[in-house]
Amino acid sequence: MDFSYTDEERMMLQMTRDFAEKTVKPLAAEVDKNHMYPRQTVAKMAELGLMGVTVPPEYEGAGMSNVCYSIAIEELSRHCAATGVIVSVNNSLACEPVKLFGNEEQKKKYLADMASGRKLGCLGLTEPNAGSDAANLATTAVLDGNEWVINGRKIFITNGNEADYCILIAQTDKSKGHRGICAFIVDLDNPGFQVGTLEDKLGIRGTSTAELVFEDCRIPRENLLGELGKGFRIALTTLDGGRIGIASQALGIARAAIEDATAYAKERVQFGKPIANLQAIQWMLADLTTEYEAARLLTHRAAYLKDQGQPYAKEAAMAKLMASEVAMKATTKGIQILGGYGYTTDYPMERYFRDAKITEIYEGTSEIMRLVIASNILK
Amino acid sequence: MKIVTCIKQTFDTEAKITIENGKVSDQGVNLIVNPYDEFAVEESIRLKEKNGGEVVVVSVGNDKTQEALRYCLAMGADRAVLIQDPALENGDNHSAAVALAKLLADMEYDLIFCGKEAVDDGAAQVPSRLAEKLDLPQANVITSFELGDGQATVTREIDGGTETLEVQLPAVFSAQKGLNEVRYPSLPGIMKAKRKELKVVSLADLGLSAEDVAPKAELVQAELPPPRKAGRVLKGEVEEVVAELVKLLQEEAKVI
Amino acid sequence: MSIVVFAEQRGGTLRKITYEVVSEGKRLAAAAGDSLKVLLAGSDVAGLAEELKKFGADEIAVANDAALADYTTDAYAAVLAAYIQQENPGLVLLGHSAIGKDLAPRVAARLDAGLVSDCIDVKFADGDYAFVHPIYAGKAIATYKVNSAVKMATLRPNVFPVEENAGAGSVVDFSTEIPAPRTKVLEVKQQGGDRPELTEADIICSGGRGLGNPDGFQLIEQLADILGAAVGSSRAAVDAGWRDHQFQVGQTGKVVSPNLYIACGISGAIQHLAGMGSSKCIIGINKDPEANIFNVADYGIEGDLYKVVPALIEKLKEVKG
Repeated sequence: MDFSYTDEERMMLQMTRDFAEKTVKPLAAEVDKNHMYPRQTVAKMAELGLMGVTVPPEYEGAGMSNVCYSIAIEELSRHCAATGVIVSVNNSLACEPVKLFGNEEQKKKYLADMASGRKLGCLGLTEPNAGSDAANLATTAVLDGNEWVINGRKIFITNGNEADYCILIAQTDKSKGHRGICAFIVDLDNPGFQVGTLEDKLGIRGTSTAELVFEDCRIPRENLLGELGKGFRIALTTLDGGRIGIASQALGIARAAIEDATAYAKERVQFGKPIANLQAIQWMLADLTTEYEAARLLTHRAAYLKDQGQPYAKEAAMAKLMASEVAMKATTKGIQILGGYGYTTDYPMERYFRDAKITEIYEGTSEIMRLVIASNILK
Repeated sequence: MKIVTCIKQTFDTEAKITIENGKVSDQGVNLIVNPYDEFAVEESIRLKEKNGGEVVVVSVGNDKTQEALRYCLAMGADRAVLIQDPALENGDNHSAAVALAKLLADMEYDLIFCGKEAVDDGAAQVPSRLAEKLDLPQANVITSFELGDGQATVTREIDGGTETLEVQLPAVFSAQKGLNEVRYPSLPGIMKAKRKELKVVSLADLGLSAEDVAPKAELVQAELPPPRKAGRVLKGEVEEVVAELVKLLQEEAKVI
Repeated sequence: MSIVVFAEQRGGTLRKITYEVVSEGKRLAAAAGDSLKVLLAGSDVAGLAEELKKFGADEIAVANDAALADYTTDAYAAVLAAYIQQENPGLVLLGHSAIGKDLAPRVAARLDAGLVSDCIDVKFADGDYAFVHPIYAGKAIATYKVNSAVKMATLRPNVFPVEENAGAGSVVDFSTEIPAPRTKVLEVKQQGGDRPELTEADIICSGGRGLGNPDGFQLIEQLADILGAAVGSSRAAVDAGWRDHQFQVGQTGKVVSPNLYIACGISGAIQHLAGMGSSKCIIGINKDPEANIFNVADYGIEGDLYKVVPALIEKLKEVKG
């Protein structure tokens, strides 16, 4: 067993930490306050290769490991969880399914566009009546000559307002249940598509969470992704991988809370000494740090298994479950340690707290994670 | 165009310094490429990108220094040479300059870049010592560099101002903040760095003996500075506080 | 044995650091029982020797040559190295100024001499010198011994007291072959108008991120003008583009040790403290009661600098008449 970083993991950590500190951090408060999509940061990240971390170089990706990817998402999310998830969605939910299931033409065009950052991707899965229950989809795709005609609504789509491409999951044959579901690559520059309602959210306010409206949206027949009827499988596989990204985002938020709370506890003097000298504070920090480290090991192990081509669905679910709950706990305790200051917008702690909550919800709630883990144990 | 860039691996500038047995301890300290050396690496890579050629990064150090050199390779340098030898472990600026000069004597170069000083010992000696040992002109603390025909025009910081110099090439230049904006290594750059050559050479390989690099300045001991005591915070209405402050400066501190 | 001091001048004026280094040279010469020799190099600088006499040198060697009009490494290194070879001193001192930093290591390499840069103290005991030099930007203090026959050191500006002393002060000419320099000075730009240079200033007024905008420096400049102070800046203000890097005080900027350092809207990050922590008196003005600057300031004022600084300017005007 070897817990040391490889050369590229270490450089990835150093580079993204430095980049996040100098480029992401100064904008984080504004991104949150003004619901500002960090367009320039995304452009810079694209230049560095962060929009297609694990995509092979022949499709303009960096060809790096999932462990490197996890490190990058954690470092970006350490200062801005919104920036972290924009990158995570493009990598895990948009590039990954095309990389795994796309044909050569699709990879050359769509994957290369998204991995290079020329275009931004999103995943169109959730619907008003189909969230965790992905099989119950109402969006339909009907073949008409050489085109698929898509009708329906997707909601809560991260990157939906800015995305150029959507990996869309839709029903082609309701009678076949799961087997009637297909995945498509939709170029959103299409008269049959428009962005609907944009959600006003508790956290990750720099990202758009959009409704995607498809009305007789016609796309080429060859934009079917993977085999006919395999869309449900594609969606589940995509979400398994996405959980490594969200676990990493949660780790970044948790670490932000722990580091800020630790620094504050050392500076804040009460009763004539820093509150870090109080055992009540020490135990909180000790517990949080232990749980953060445990979640990080789980996350890196899930990423490692994925890199090795081994099954990792259970491990990714465990990583996301633990990391997201640590993020929530760390930010809750973080505010407690900062006291009144933690509750104000003068400190970023309240932002970490608001951002943390979504990690327990999206790409599968904590309850779904437990379901996935249990079904893997009991099968 | 062949460019040699000298770098040093140093403590992170935010590192907390602790002393063990009269020496600064490196336990648990994050190591980085000396920030001024990064400007040197960046300038070298830009010149190569513009004019073609090769950038070779060189350093004196230990096993860990390979990480710093790999980082420079990830930024875009072409290959690296590390001088590593037990006899250099307690070396001073003289030791490093002698070893580097011997290495460079057998290399081809048009330009040599260094950082203006290392943030650890803050000595600012190696660039000038290296230039002397190679009998080259030097221009230290430069904030701009323009390549000409057989010469370069640079701006360097002097006390209270700047100076524009024309320098005959080849020459040694030491970089100051402001020379450029340092890039981050891109992800493809990091992947490529793995496959680039990083050669480790000993003093024997260079034809040097331990005696040749014996330090001229030896550390007797390092200690922490006495902590500065917090003074008092003056409270009250602005006018009162300011009046009190001026009085204290005149009568207690006696500085105005 | 003798101690050699390099007297730095620029544009025919002796630099303040020269008085400091000559004064320290005299103290060490007295302690070691050595003679003090000063090398003055330049073009049309003979007149400056008179000024130097006040500081107790036994001999002042003047290298007066048109080729020394501008400072160039090649020409000055040739003169200093030749003088050291002639005098064979035990100790050579220069200022840790732009010129000293450029010249000392070049000459040290030529003579294979050990050099300790940026000393804040030089001690003589038991027949040997100990050189004290802050490392890690002042986060630690190191003491070095030098084992070469000629020992060299550069001294940090504004640390060593200037002291007039009696001395023979005989003035001699020194000349050596000066090579054609391989660098040519095209232009020299002095900045900052009448204000003192940062590393030489007795008082420094500095501004940081707390100013909120680049115009805030006008207020800092007004304060500086009343006190005859230099204007410095934190890294945050430089990174924000409000101030040029040459005014930055801190680990990656200038290291200063004035008598009085007034930090306005500077939080006191460890990198900044590394650059000004050795100031004799520090004032911190900051609206954040938790600001780290209050942990090192002799006097702190917790408040809005846009109220405090104008009031301070008024009060100083009143006091200074």
